[in-house]
Amino acid sequence: MSEILRVHDLAVRYGHIEAVKGLDFRLNEGEITALVGANGAGKSTTLLALSGLLKPSRGRIEFQGEDITRLAPHQIVQRGVVQVAEGRAILTTLTVAENLQLGAYTRPDKAGVGDSLDEVYQLFPRLKDRAAQFAGNLSGGEQQMLAIGRALMAKPRLLLLDEPSMGLAPLMVQEIFRTVSEINRAGLTILLVEQNVRQALKIARQGYVIETGKIVLSDSGENLLANPKVEEAYLGG
Amino acid sequence: MLEQQLLNALTLGSVYALFALGFTLVFGVLAVINLSHGAVFMVGSYAALALVTRLEAPLWAAMLGAMLVSGTLGLLVDMLILKPLRARNAPHLIPMIATIGVGIMLTSTAQGLFGAEILRFPDGILPAGEFVVGDVHVRALEIAIVAIAFVLMAVLFAVLKRTQLGRALRAIAESPKAAWLLGINVERLFHITSFAAAALGGIAGVLIGLNFNAITPQMGQPILHKGIAAIILGGMGDIRGALFGGLFLGFAEVISKAYLSSQMGDAVAFGLLFLILLVRPSGLFGRKLERKA
Ligand SMILES: Nc1ncnc2c1ncn2[C@@H]1O[C@H](COP(=O)(O)OP(=O)(O)OP(=O)(O)O)[C@@H](O)[C@H]1O
Ligand SMILES: [Mg+2]
Repeated sequence: MSEILRVHDLAVRYGHIEAVKGLDFRLNEGEITALVGANGAGKSTTLLALSGLLKPSRGRIEFQGEDITRLAPHQIVQRGVVQVAEGRAILTTLTVAENLQLGAYTRPDKAGVGDSLDEVYQLFPRLKDRAAQFAGNLSGGEQQMLAIGRALMAKPRLLLLDEPSMGLAPLMVQEIFRTVSEINRAGLTILLVEQNVRQALKIARQGYVIETGKIVLSDSGENLLANPKVEEAYLGG
Repeated sequence: MLEQQLLNALTLGSVYALFALGFTLVFGVLAVINLSHGAVFMVGSYAALALVTRLEAPLWAAMLGAMLVSGTLGLLVDMLILKPLRARNAPHLIPMIATIGVGIMLTSTAQGLFGAEILRFPDGILPAGEFVVGDVHVRALEIAIVAIAFVLMAVLFAVLKRTQLGRALRAIAESPKAAWLLGINVERLFHITSFAAAALGGIAGVLIGLNFNAITPQMGQPILHKGIAAIILGGMGDIRGALFGGLFLGFAEVISKAYLSSQMGDAVAFGLLFLILLVRPSGLFGRKLERKA
């Protein structure tokens, strides 16, 4: 199993505050890796830096051997690193179909876009029924499906998911985690940021625990689930 | 005589709409109220005049040239002024004030180069045809103005509605951050938008210059006010709103001048605008939608 992303000493500041304080981690190709931690730990900040939306104050991000630390966000998407941002990441004033079409914005193979659209509709049949509706009229769960489906339209090599289960009803949470596993089984590498620690570690091969901008634990998902420290801090004892 | 006034109103209103569309496009996509848009309009008409008189270009070529000149000007304003302000996260008022400065610079430059007096297109340049329908005298020029304005607006609507570029622009209007994450080069589309909006402003300037056959360095000022009024009336950032607002102002101005007071036409038009805003503060098509980061 080969390494697809390597992050070395990544630090990000908001003005004087250093929100991420020197992270080291790596993702293996084809695996789900979980990054878990409490509110304000620096998870979203890390993902935004990976996508180039925040510029690191130090450190290095290597994707498939290439240094992408200083690339602009659209160049990073072109390399195949695609993020589903936190919260309602969809465009509410565009229709469901338009959101999906925009997902393919960086694709050079226009011919393959139709196939991807069929695949997304197969994965999320509900989106097909609502294709012509404004995305803002979808339910929270449907919006999250749309956000994931739209990211898949880019044919990513690495998918960054920022709390896909946030604010969803328990049944919908199950469905989202099932979908994430399914997408991964089809071969896609995923970095999964979650506060739903138990579920995330269950489906992740590797996991990292982040606290106030630093990685404090790293192990296999299985071992982390069994780790008393994780149990105490994140799984409610 | 009403029909005659309606034709005048349609001509004027369609040019106002064209002007307002570029204005609202920049507001929607860049979230900037670009107050140099009136001066860009004025530059467009001087550019066409210069092409016609100095290079003896045919009118259609002068129109294209004017769009190119004013579009390039809009692009430069974005690259040299708005972009550095964006990079520094300047608060909203700063780009607005900066573009007022650009407008003043352009106006006084035009005055220096061309003088303050009214300039006119030479005889034989304007389409001279005229025909009579009922009691209405229809000038070929008016038909051409309305046709050009509506064709350009239709192209803009189609691009925004049906193309990937248009979807990307609408994505930026809702959330630049989401647009970046989709792989859209937001900065590049800011440049494209600035160019296109200024080109539309420039051709609007040519059309008004032709309609009244009068070009002055100050001509950008009244239309700037009308453009602002049109997009506020229609709903800021909404392109249907700009179309409607522009037409409305054209009609309100012409009709009130013709039937109420030739001196106070603008007062009546703007008074009406004020009344409408009391009823619908966010404009006719406005959904006050706060832009996400
Ligand atoms: N735009 C910002 N300006 C200043 N500080 C910020 C900004 N965004 C985040 N922070 C701070 O940086 C730290 C890390 O925030 P971040 O959003 O990365 O946390 P998170 O792990 O994603 O939390 P959550 O689980 O709540 O989403 C927090 O202390 C937060 O207050
Ligand atoms: Mg977060």
